[in-house]
Parts: sequence; C-alpha cells; structure tokens
Amino acid sequence: MDLFAVAWPYWHQFFFIIFAATAVGFGFGVLLSKNVVRMAFYLVLSLGSTAGLFFLAGAEFVGAMQLMIYVGGTLVLLIFGVMLTAQKDFINMDTHTQDWILATIVGGSLLMVLLFAAFGAEDWNTPQDLTDAKVEATKEATPLGLALTGIRVDTLGETDDAVQGGKAGYLMPFIIVSVHLLVVLIGAAYMARTKKLSHATDDKSSRAKLMLFKMEHEAELLEEETYVVTHRGQSALNPLDPQDDEN
Amino acid sequence: MADFVNHILTLEDSWIGYIVAALVAAVLILHVVAVGALLFIWMERKISGRIQDRLGPTRVGGKFGWLQTLADGIKLIAKEDVTPDLADKFLFKIAPYVGLAASYAAFIALPFADGVVGQHVNTAVFFVLAVLGLEVFSVILAGYSSGSKWSLFGAMREAAQVVSYEVPLGMCVVVPVMICGTMNLTTIANMQAGFFTNWLVFNDPFTFLTAIVYFTCATAGVNRAPFDLAEAESELVAGFHTEYSGLRWSLFFMAEYSSMFIVAALASILFFGGSHGPIPIADVLGLLSLDNLGSSDPAFHVFNEDGGGFFASLNLEIAIARFLGVANLLLKGTIGVTVMMWVRWSFPRLRIDQVMTMCLKYCVPLAAVGFLGATAWQALDLPTGNSLMNSPRYSHHELWTADDSESTVEEASSNEVQTPHEDDTHAAAKAVELKTVPVSVVKGGER
Repeated sequence: MDLFAVAWPYWHQFFFIIFAATAVGFGFGVLLSKNVVRMAFYLVLSLGSTAGLFFLAGAEFVGAMQLMIYVGGTLVLLIFGVMLTAQKDFINMDTHTQDWILATIVGGSLLMVLLFAAFGAEDWNTPQDLTDAKVEATKEATPLGLALTGIRVDTLGETDDAVQGGKAGYLMPFIIVSVHLLVVLIGAAYMARTKKLSHATDDKSSRAKLMLFKMEHEAELLEEETYVVTHRGQSALNPLDPQDDEN
Repeated sequence: MADFVNHILTLEDSWIGYIVAALVAAVLILHVVAVGALLFIWMERKISGRIQDRLGPTRVGGKFGWLQTLADGIKLIAKEDVTPDLADKFLFKIAPYVGLAASYAAFIALPFADGVVGQHVNTAVFFVLAVLGLEVFSVILAGYSSGSKWSLFGAMREAAQVVSYEVPLGMCVVVPVMICGTMNLTTIANMQAGFFTNWLVFNDPFTFLTAIVYFTCATAGVNRAPFDLAEAESELVAGFHTEYSGLRWSLFFMAEYSSMFIVAALASILFFGGSHGPIPIADVLGLLSLDNLGSSDPAFHVFNEDGGGFFASLNLEIAIARFLGVANLLLKGTIGVTVMMWVRWSFPRLRIDQVMTMCLKYCVPLAAVGFLGATAWQALDLPTGNSLMNSPRYSHHELWTADDSESTVEEASSNEVQTPHEDDTHAAAKAVELKTVPVSVVKGGER
C-alpha cells in the first residue's frame, strides 16, 4: 500500500502543468488565429486557464475575479467581434510583416523584464525540499474587503509612524475608481440617449432632424412594424390572445 | 471525504482517496445536471399541458408518462448530427459543450447542505455568478458559427439581454452578502437556520423586494420565457440553435435546465433558507443542534475519525440531518424551477425593447432601492422578521484568519478593529502573531 502513498504535491504540479499549458497554448492560438471570433474564444480559454491557476494557488477571490472581469470583458469583445465581422470581408484578418516585427520586439522585451523579475525575487524560487512544500493560502477574502474599505489587517499593529499613512488601506483608490466608473456610465447613458424631436415639422431643420432620426432608428422601427404584423397575425388565429396595450 | 475513503481503505494520506472523493462529487453533480434535466423537461411538458388544459405526456413509462424524456433522448441520439456548409465547423461543434461545462462548473461551489458541497469555495456567491455568466458564450458562439442570420440575431439578442441583466442581478445578490457579512454560501444558508422567519426574504420589506427582483433577473439571465428572445420561434425560427440537431441540440437544453435549477437553488440559499426547512426538523428531533452548524467545526464531521469499518465510522444522526438538508434544497430549487415554468406558460414573450425597458427602468432602480433600503434597515437596527419569533439568528461571521481552530487569534484580531490604538505594544505583538498564523493547508477538498 506504500505504492499509493505518493506525496500529494506532485498532483498539484500535475494540475499546474495542465492549466499552464492550456493558458500558454491558447495564448499562441490567439496569436496565430486569423478569425476574430476564434481569437476571442481562445482568449477566453487562455484567461479561464489562468483563473484555474489562481484557484490552484488557493486565491479563490482572485480566480473568481479573473473569471468575472477578464473573461466577462472578453465576452463583450466577442460580441463586438461578431457584430463587426459577421460580413464575409472581415471574417479573416491578415497581419502585416511590420506588425509582426514590432509586436515581437515589444512583447519580447516585456517577457524579458518579467522573466528577470520572476527569477530575481528570492521568495518566488522553487523550494528545495519539495516534499514539505504545500500550498498555503488564506481561504478568505475578508482581509481584501476590509482593506478596500480602509482597514489593513496586516498593518494593524504597526507602531512606526512613518508607515502610519499606509494603514488607511485602499479606500482612496477604491473611491477614485468608483467615481471614474460612474462618470463612464453616465457618459455612456448620455451618448446613447434618445434624441428628442421638436414638434414643429414645417421648418427645414426639424424635418431634417426627423429624417436623421428615422435613418438612425430604422432598424428599431422596422422591428416594431414586423412585430405588429406578426402579432396581428397571431391574434387573428387565436381570438383569445390578449391584445397588447402598447400597440 | 478523501480522509474517509483513505480511512476505509486503510491508506494514509494517499492520492487514491482524493481521486475517489473527486469522482464521487463529480458524478453526483453530473446526476443533478443530467437527471435533473430529464425530470424538469418532463415537468415542463406536464405543467404546460395542465396550464393549457391538456394532459401532457401520458403513455411512456406508466400513468404519468414520466419516461417521456428518456424516449425523447433516445430519439435525439438516433438523429443525424448535421453541420451546415456555411458553419465555422470547429466553433459550431464546440459551442454546446461550452454552455454545459459552464452550468456544470457552477454546481461545484453550490452547497446542497451544510458541508455537502463539491468544493468549499470561500467566495462561492461570486464564483457561481462568474461561472454562470460564461454560459452566454455558448449561445454567442453557436449563433455566430451557424452561418445563419436567424442564429446570429438570436445570439445578439441574448448577448444584449444577459449583459444588461447581470447588473440588477449583481445588485440583488449583494443584499444577502451584506446582511450576512460573508460570500460563503454555506455560511449564508446556516445563518438562516431555525424557523422560516429567519429566512432573509422575511428579514425586512426590502429584502422581500430584492428577492422578487432577483428571481425576475435570474429568469432573464438564464434566458427563460418571457425573456427568451434568443429563441423566439415566432420570429427567428429557433434562434441560436436553429441549425443544431440531435444530441448537440439536447446539450443546449440540458444546460438551460441545469442553469435554471442553479439560479433557483441560489435564490433559495440567498433568500429562502437554503438547506434549512421552514421548521428546523433536524433540530427538533435532536439530530443536530443549531449551535454546532458551521462546516469547519470538527464536531460536525459526518465521519468519525476513530473506529473501524464503514458503519462504525459513519455518524448516522448528522448524515440523516444532512440528507434532510439536501432534500430541502432540492425541493426548494424544484419549486423555483416550477415557478419559472408557470411564468413561462402564463405570460406572452416580451419584445426586445420591452426586455430592455424592464431591465433598465424597473429592475435596476428596484434593485438599487432594495439595496439601499436593506442597508438602512441593518444600519438603523430596525426589527426583522427574525426578531418577531424571538429565535436568535445563528451568527457565524467569517473572521480574518483562515483556520477556525485558531479561535484565540481570531478573537484577538476581531478585538483589534475596535481598539487599534489602545495599547500599541500589545497590538504589535498580536499582529505578529496574526502574520504567523499557520493558515490551513489546502489539500484539494477536505470533505
């Protein structure tokens, strides 16, 4: 039975290799694919594998955050990819040679910096004694949440006045980011608002406005029209069907 | 669980135990997904039949036609797997699996009862919402890759709808998280133990409002009628799955029904007491006391560590209590799914602009009002439904350190917040202690 009592960390490594390989592999998939939607899909898989790495490291909150923000954000990318490239001409995109060269230089230098940083930090080196290496993780996101609301659990006992300022946590950046997002939301709502029509249709400018409005909202108007037609058809078939008040 | 398997096989900390435990959890969850879909599709046919004054299926499998879905499944397996010429073949084939995988993965963190959970995720609410949000990928991929206009229209509608409804859904979910002070679903459910007045839906009028808004948004989020614009058959043939046939088509349905169940189960955990019934039967029978709820309590392990053999190591009372809990949650989830079916067959489908109006003009403001009201209710310490019954809410706020056995450190750290500057040297000593807490080792699922 000693045969089965293999040390547990090897399984951790096994899953690490799986997640890391899928993350890197689908990263290359993004690079090499020419179809925008497929690129976005590979990006989703790559980011999802990264979330898997976070879960493996016990950072559940960061992992779920990765899924929510990055993968969810890619979803919007995917939607735009579908919306803009559903026509035949744009389905495949070729990359120019100069773009390849530029991207290789920029990406390569970034990779070098990251590699130096990764191998430079003492704490990040692989522990020599693998059998004792176990994943240690705080299972809770509460310290994170407290830090965001201004209480740093890890610096509570700090007596040094010099670092007293740092004890405030991340309330300020949190508020700034929130206000920023609020501004963006209001701006988006303003941009997407329905343009008001003036009631006078006899003067030229308002007639032009009406034309513009009709052009802009052609699709919606058409859809409403179609709806009315189909709805009437249904009602004719089924007299018990309640009539819609709004039409 | 892993320890239990190793214990039975008389192995010491072997990987076999972990593999067996993982397989058992995975297969059990798969049964909730697959058998649940079978049951729900049968229920849908019976319920829609009754609502429309028909009988529904009556022949296959006896009196109530309860094997009808199985017969349908066999028919679907036998059908030809068609891929259109214009399709993006790879994405077309993979799309149904993406949706099923997403709704399956959400079950991993869903606690069926106290301690009966695939993987104990501390931020389970967040995890479930994040993973459920991925399901829309399958719809968009299917719609895009089919090479059909109907499919593409359906997919774009679904995308617009799901992205919009995630906003009020998230705002509603924040309310129970705020009241309970944790994102751990097990803890949220345990805090509602006791009589049904303890359920968060009866906490105050605003949580009641929030529960209703949550359920509406969840119905829209899983693309059910009256919000099923993505598959509006009167306009779009069948929407995003127009081009699918056979087993691939049925995978979409399995994903839809399992995500219906998961949002209903999430609603029951967040607002309707989770695995705790309206009357605490297990507590009344003396099977388990409300005091020893809490998944990390060593007294609450299903399996006793000492003693040999299967039955000797099984703590029968707690096992029965947990079984009751699982039955409770499944029942509540099924009731939620039934309500969704009831709504589907009672209301006509909305137009796309009505769907958006519903979200932006009604659900978002209502969710905001619910959130602010519930916050104010908590802040002002107004009477809750719980205080009417005079049964104390079980309080298990998660504290700052991971290891619950280090209770002294936890108490120290929680005292720390209130008086951080009282005694600096003392605080410094405690902070050092805090940093060196041996946070518990993640072993891939302790139970």
